[in-house]
Amino acid sequence: MGVSLLGTKIGMTRTFTSDGASVPVTVLRLGPCVVTQIRDSEKDGYSAVQIGFGEVKARNSSIPLIGHDAKAGSSPRRHHREFRVSPEEAAKFTLGQELTVKDFEGATYVDVIGTSKGKGFQGVMKRYHFKGMFASHGTERKHRSPGSIGGLCSNRGYGGGLKKGKRMAGRMGDERVTVRSLDVVRIDAENGLMLVKGAVPGANRGVVMVRGAVRLNRSKARKLGGKK
Amino acid sequence: MGNQQVIESVNVNFSRTDVPRMDVGDTVSVHCRIIEGQKERIQVFQGVLIGRAGRGVSEMITVRRVVEDHGVERIFPLLSPKVAQIDVVRRGDARRAKLYYLRDRAGKSRRLRDRRRGMKHVAGLPIGEMPSPVPASSGESKGDAKKK
Repeated sequence: MGVSLLGTKIGMTRTFTSDGASVPVTVLRLGPCVVTQIRDSEKDGYSAVQIGFGEVKARNSSIPLIGHDAKAGSSPRRHHREFRVSPEEAAKFTLGQELTVKDFEGATYVDVIGTSKGKGFQGVMKRYHFKGMFASHGTERKHRSPGSIGGLCSNRGYGGGLKKGKRMAGRMGDERVTVRSLDVVRIDAENGLMLVKGAVPGANRGVVMVRGAVRLNRSKARKLGGKK
Repeated sequence: MGNQQVIESVNVNFSRTDVPRMDVGDTVSVHCRIIEGQKERIQVFQGVLIGRAGRGVSEMITVRRVVEDHGVERIFPLLSPKVAQIDVVRRGDARRAKLYYLRDRAGKSRRLRDRRRGMKHVAGLPIGEMPSPVPASSGESKGDAKKK
């Protein structure tokens, strides 16, 4: 299908299937999004569709951005994102076209991209799930420390220093996270809602981007294959 | 519409009106649908309601009964389609929200008083309702007490 939509995370709840199983769901309110620009490979070197989402007061936007949205016949938008499409697909979009959750009707799985909640400066046990040190056996004041950070490594070279990208304590969260292949439980086109099974990164009211599932894990691909 | 209202609106079709008013301490029987292959049958689980948790579509009840000296607790989602029916068998008097202390009780001390605190409630009556017309004898005694 090749459509992506911007929306907000509303929150989590549960629903029941007809045979009584409880399903944890996240409620997303998607769109309406406006096509604000169509990138083509001749001019931009790649083909993609840019969408705008969310109203913003003109005085809180910038003149260039207001003009950019006005070119698509749209009021100023708060968020803009692009998604790549093939040139043939790009031709199907028109500037100023409105995209709603209806465009996802029939989708079985989606990917959800969001910004995870910021956790602040965290140690390696929380950040990278290190094991830490012993609780006892003579361990003193080192229970949650990473242990040795040295050792041989190919890019260390001469003169010491650590391997680049060595996992250590630091800022955690508040980064782009993609959750793949979430089941679409229900689509409520009237209210622009989509219910997906499971959790979605970020806080409630956070902006998320939803796209058709790009690559399914094996069990889900099999399920879908069986349906066809 | 606020976020919370949206979430509630999502689950409107799961709300049900056949759940009776019940409080912690009541003895309830939960009729649950059990699907075995093609057949569906109803199994009744009767016990003391020892706790309620959550609200809205997520509300859960914990029901405890004792079977052959083994305590059995089952937690039911109140609005699950698998719960066919809930009956209140007996109203019990509980003074706290979670009756976990019943787990440590054995024998007669496991029983809860009937709910008739201050004579305002008569056993068998739904809680919200006013008691039926007071029997003549007790009515007189009440009147007498007022006069004095």
